[in-house]
Amino acid sequence: MALDVLDLTRLQFAVVTIYHYFFVPLSISLAFATAGLQTAWLRTGAEHYRQLTLLVGKLLMITFAVGVVTGLVQEFQFGFGWSAFARFYGDVFGPTLAIEGMLAFFLEATFLGLWYFGWGQLSQRLHLATIWIVALGTLLSAFIVLAGNSFMQNPVAYELDPVTGRARLTSFVDLALNKVNLAAFPHTMSGALMVGGALLLTIGAWRAWGRHAHDRAAFAILARLGAWMTVAGGALTAITGDHLGKVITEVQPMKMAAAESLYSTTTGAPFSLFAIGKVGGGEPFFSIQVPHLLSILAKGSPNATVQGLDDLQAQYAAQYGPGSYIPMVPVAFWTFRLMIGAGMLAAGLALAYLWFTRRGRDLDLSRPLPRWLLRVVPLIPLLPTAANSFGWIFTETARQPWIAFGVSKVADGISPGLTRSEVMVSLLAFSALYGLLAVIWLRLVLQLSREPLTPAETATSDDDAPDLTPAY
Amino acid sequence: MGLITVWFALVVLCWVMFFVLEGFDFGVGLLTPLLGRNEHERGAAIRTVGPFWDGNEVWLVAAVGVTFAAFPSWYAAMMSGLYLPMVLLLLLLAGRGVALEFRGKRDDPPWRRRCETALAACSAGVALVWGAMLAVFVQGLALGADGEVMSSGGTLGGLRRTVGPVLGWPAAIGAGLALFAAMLLGATFLGLRTTGPVRRRARLLAVTLASVGAGTDLVSALLAAAFGASGQVVVILAGCAVACAVLAVTVWTGHEAVAFALTVLTVAAAVVAVFTWNGSVVLPSTLDPAWSLTRSGAAATDSALRLLSVVGVVVLPGILVYQTWSYWVFRRRVASERLAS
Repeated sequence: MALDVLDLTRLQFAVVTIYHYFFVPLSISLAFATAGLQTAWLRTGAEHYRQLTLLVGKLLMITFAVGVVTGLVQEFQFGFGWSAFARFYGDVFGPTLAIEGMLAFFLEATFLGLWYFGWGQLSQRLHLATIWIVALGTLLSAFIVLAGNSFMQNPVAYELDPVTGRARLTSFVDLALNKVNLAAFPHTMSGALMVGGALLLTIGAWRAWGRHAHDRAAFAILARLGAWMTVAGGALTAITGDHLGKVITEVQPMKMAAAESLYSTTTGAPFSLFAIGKVGGGEPFFSIQVPHLLSILAKGSPNATVQGLDDLQAQYAAQYGPGSYIPMVPVAFWTFRLMIGAGMLAAGLALAYLWFTRRGRDLDLSRPLPRWLLRVVPLIPLLPTAANSFGWIFTETARQPWIAFGVSKVADGISPGLTRSEVMVSLLAFSALYGLLAVIWLRLVLQLSREPLTPAETATSDDDAPDLTPAY
Repeated sequence: MGLITVWFALVVLCWVMFFVLEGFDFGVGLLTPLLGRNEHERGAAIRTVGPFWDGNEVWLVAAVGVTFAAFPSWYAAMMSGLYLPMVLLLLLLAGRGVALEFRGKRDDPPWRRRCETALAACSAGVALVWGAMLAVFVQGLALGADGEVMSSGGTLGGLRRTVGPVLGWPAAIGAGLALFAAMLLGATFLGLRTTGPVRRRARLLAVTLASVGAGTDLVSALLAAAFGASGQVVVILAGCAVACAVLAVTVWTGHEAVAFALTVLTVAAAVVAVFTWNGSVVLPSTLDPAWSLTRSGAAATDSALRLLSVVGVVVLPGILVYQTWSYWVFRRRVASERLAS
């Protein structure tokens, strides 16, 4: 099967966006963890907290840097890959990106520089304030960018210009307060909390219990912080995910029908934990089902009627004209389950860690962590990361064929002049550089998490050099 | 109409801020291996931009975002018509940012060396690609009636569609000038922000570059006049010659802040010139002047511009205040000599 220019451009969008989103949730949660640890240090004066602040802050710096350079690609690719979309939705999408940059990104980037290089140069309170500003900036940034995505899921606050035929923004406030955004923002932020939490849990647990245990008291604290973040994030993703599912059932019933591969409209619909079926249609050969669960998830009532794919297809064909409106059902079905499964497994493992280290046992070497738990600890961060990716793959692929639901299709958004050879070159170049960056980033994270904690009374930033007279 | 002009001015302001602020970041990046003879000296050079580069780069996010918001068709044509050069730019910017941020996180000389090499190569590359693209902004693209550049067919035609524009003479001159400007910005910034050997070498380099620039500009101005180029070109070249000469003198006499300010003003003027070169046309079509993108033709609707104005009036001054404050916090020079402590 030869991929055409549209397939390749979609693939490129998926590659650069999923990759970018490895680093975004991690930056958000590490920013809050750094701010929290530094606050704890200033409150208690305990040296542990200062050392952990420095370590987590360094992890934040390198993660944020990769997030920045890969995020820039996002802003450009709406134009270079999807110029027809950019022209059509410029009024809606342009302001969203511009406001995100001016309101939030300037704040994050400037204050992160002030924080990292500001040790000893700013008063302690002001210095603490800078990292909290960074953390709040990441939230603001996420909220505005998700408003843009929510517009694609559920177009609101626009009208079509009768002269140019292009979308025209009617209210930015309504755009930002899209009900999909109000449901998706808490869900994605809970998911973000899990990623950072899982990384801190891994580093902490490995350093507190692993073969080369060192600074155990400090790392036990880090592990507990990470475990609590993961558990709390897991609980919150479940609650917010339930709400998001109901909102999506309302605005995009096709997406939720695809998530269950529910072909015919069903009352009291079950939810399959597992199913084997024929790709492309029909009821599955084999499945394990929980009765009524889908009706509860989608509509909040065990006997509610959930619309099936076939009925929705007929309805959309009548409404939007001929064509297929059914997304790739196996992708939707499995990504939805893998998202939930990976997320819950991470939360479960974090809960297990909290159980085995309960009541001060995290420093008690006579009651060590079970070997199986210590073995799986290094893999925990992969779980919420995968859950985030699966969630986005589900969200985006199960919206197909729409670029903005019910208004315009993906095929109409691509840059008209774009050629297959250009996208081949750029896709290969992005993949190669991103692969290399991932390896370097990972090695740096591993190395930072193996280093002994910064002893007291040394320079706090390794880029340090003594400061002299003012230049201006 | 008024709103469109105001937003055009703001778009240009964002681009000016980006090229000036990141200009010296790129300059410092590419001069680091040249002016720093050992790891400590190179570390000092990099530290002068360490706290700022990320905040400076956001001006690119702002410039692109505001262009997209206020002039969607211009953004779409610029990005889509320069697809591969834009991709190259993003890859180089990625390499630059990561090298700068990762270098100090590991205390390992070969690692730092590799980061410095990547930083210098990517910074130089970014300056060259931007220079070439700015020249293309002036010269125009083969835009059709729908604002798109179409391929002539075939694999080669597909690649040439967006690579072709940056391979001509104007693009080469633009690339050369941008590299020169970045080096000058970097050298005057390092002269202002360091002490010790890096400061000494940076000043020497700035004087050399400015003198060479003055000489080249003077010769070009005379040649242009002799061969009957337009008065505009001759005046600009002569002006540049004078600016370079004044710059050389100010650096030589030790007025580092003045020299840096002068370089900044020259670069700012050049960026404004690029964006206003074709009057109300923001991106000319080389196929048919009727297909050129104009300010009013590319602009977003009034309601979008009004929304942006509210944001611009409230947020932009705040950004300028806290960024200025960050430059004030880190106002002290960085020592490139080893100090006994």
